[in-house]
Amino acid sequence: MANNVTITNSVSKFRQDFAIIAGWVGFGSKVLDLGCGDGSLLTYLRDSLEVKGYGVEKDDVNWLACQQSKINVIQMDLEDGLSGFEDQSFDTVILSQTLQAMHHTEEIVQEMLRVGREIIVTFPNFGYWRNRLQITAGNMPVSKILPYEWYNTPNVHLCTINDFDEFCKNHKISILERSVITDGNAVNFMPNLLGSLAMYRLKASV
Amino acid sequence: MTDNSIGIVCAQTAHFSEPLTLKSGAVLPEFDLVYETYGTLNADKSNAVLICHALSGTHHVAGKYAETDKSTGWWDNLVGPNKPLDTNKFFVIGVNNLGGCSGSSGSASINPKTKKPFGSSFPVVTVEDWVNSQARLADYLGISTLAAVIGGSLGGMQALQWTISFPERIKHALVIASAPNLTAQNMAFNEVARQAIITDPEFHGGDYYEHGVVPRRGLRIARMLGHITYLSDDAMGAKFGRKLKDDIKYSFDVEFEMESYLRYQGDKFAGEFDANTYLRMTRALDYYDPALHFDGDLSKALANVKAQFLVVSFTSDWRFSPARSREIVKALLDNELTVSYAEVTAAHGHDAFLMPDAHYHQILRTYLDNIQV
Repeated sequence: MANNVTITNSVSKFRQDFAIIAGWVGFGSKVLDLGCGDGSLLTYLRDSLEVKGYGVEKDDVNWLACQQSKINVIQMDLEDGLSGFEDQSFDTVILSQTLQAMHHTEEIVQEMLRVGREIIVTFPNFGYWRNRLQITAGNMPVSKILPYEWYNTPNVHLCTINDFDEFCKNHKISILERSVITDGNAVNFMPNLLGSLAMYRLKASV
Repeated sequence: MTDNSIGIVCAQTAHFSEPLTLKSGAVLPEFDLVYETYGTLNADKSNAVLICHALSGTHHVAGKYAETDKSTGWWDNLVGPNKPLDTNKFFVIGVNNLGGCSGSSGSASINPKTKKPFGSSFPVVTVEDWVNSQARLADYLGISTLAAVIGGSLGGMQALQWTISFPERIKHALVIASAPNLTAQNMAFNEVARQAIITDPEFHGGDYYEHGVVPRRGLRIARMLGHITYLSDDAMGAKFGRKLKDDIKYSFDVEFEMESYLRYQGDKFAGEFDANTYLRMTRALDYYDPALHFDGDLSKALANVKAQFLVVSFTSDWRFSPARSREIVKALLDNELTVSYAEVTAAHGHDAFLMPDAHYHQILRTYLDNIQV
């Protein structure tokens, strides 16, 4: 069962996160979306910003969905790295709500920084108060943004906003911008407690 | 025949009397190409799709010549009304390559100068030569731009070469179970196959026609070897395993089912295929290397390409492995071309590209449906 779980972007009805990503991506730029799912983000970016987009997706069903939307999609496993992509060959490389499901977390972020001049990483904030509450109550969190049970989740590296800030510091990654949202609304106060989705615009520190 | 079969088809021959200069420098003063078409060419001639065949393929891609035919064309599961390559939408062309033995000019053809078969004097042809001759056929049919060129294996190399040789004349290339060149190991299989043919006492330096014999033994062994490499270990295991034909006889007769299969395939092939064609097809595979004159850099070789690509590989294909397809994809990405790549989970090895796997066919159908004609 766990092997059949398809990672999809779970916030489907309201895509404030798409709008934020679009604000960080240049018009007509070249974008690589890693773990692009059904291609909805790339479709959005193509339709709103005329980006030249490529997606990377492992799952057969998602691959076909991308193809139906006329999204360029390369079928491969992100865990194998990005050896098929040249250094600094994309304006922006995006990893949207997939970081937490990666086994080789450090490697994929380093690969993104190699291939992209800038990168965007978004992930469900494990420090969100509803998650904390469920843990306090004695259960692993299950929510709209973390819809899996502990036994079938593809998520193996969940982290909090504090954790990720520290990760960036330790890996010499500059945080250009950060947005934290809950149910599509910006969270500026106590984001690590009140934010459910963390979004980072990053580049390698010089 | 099923409802979505193309039905009864017939082959046609196009004669070309303008000389064709080959990559080797040799010149064919004139030549024939035998071809078949399925579907209807639309008014602005924008719906033509060329199918390039692999080592042993022919122009007979789909349908039957008569209701009583036991078999259909070699890619009948792909081509027909409402099939993935839908003949209600596309005008599909199958062609037998130069040097072939199914009607196009080749070693077995009569040399008009000598009134005897060309035999060994038929030149060695390359992928580039085939593409040039196919472009002549497109001219002949009044088609300036192909909506797509599709091929698997050696056919995929032709689809790729079309985008290099004629960037303005091809909109889409579907490169399936192919490679940008052959590895040493892959060429080694070809060399063993050729040696089997050339060392057959009935080969007569390629001029066996005039001796009234054919190098059957060599061709048979060449084909048996080929069949081993087209299947995966798992597929052979699933199909035959260690199954015995009968009780063990402690002899060198057929003991195992696998041997029976290889001998059957070898015999069948040796009875219908031409050894000189086999030599030339394997050489075309060996020589193909578009990056050769670009410091081995495929990305540079594709610098003028404009076509959009679908590249497909199969996980169990070890003769044209997914890694080789990914080399093509990387070169296309380096040139910022429009490309999608699918790596199909399949057990059949290289042969998978001819199988009607549902997901594989859905990939092709989806891609082809998106092509505007």
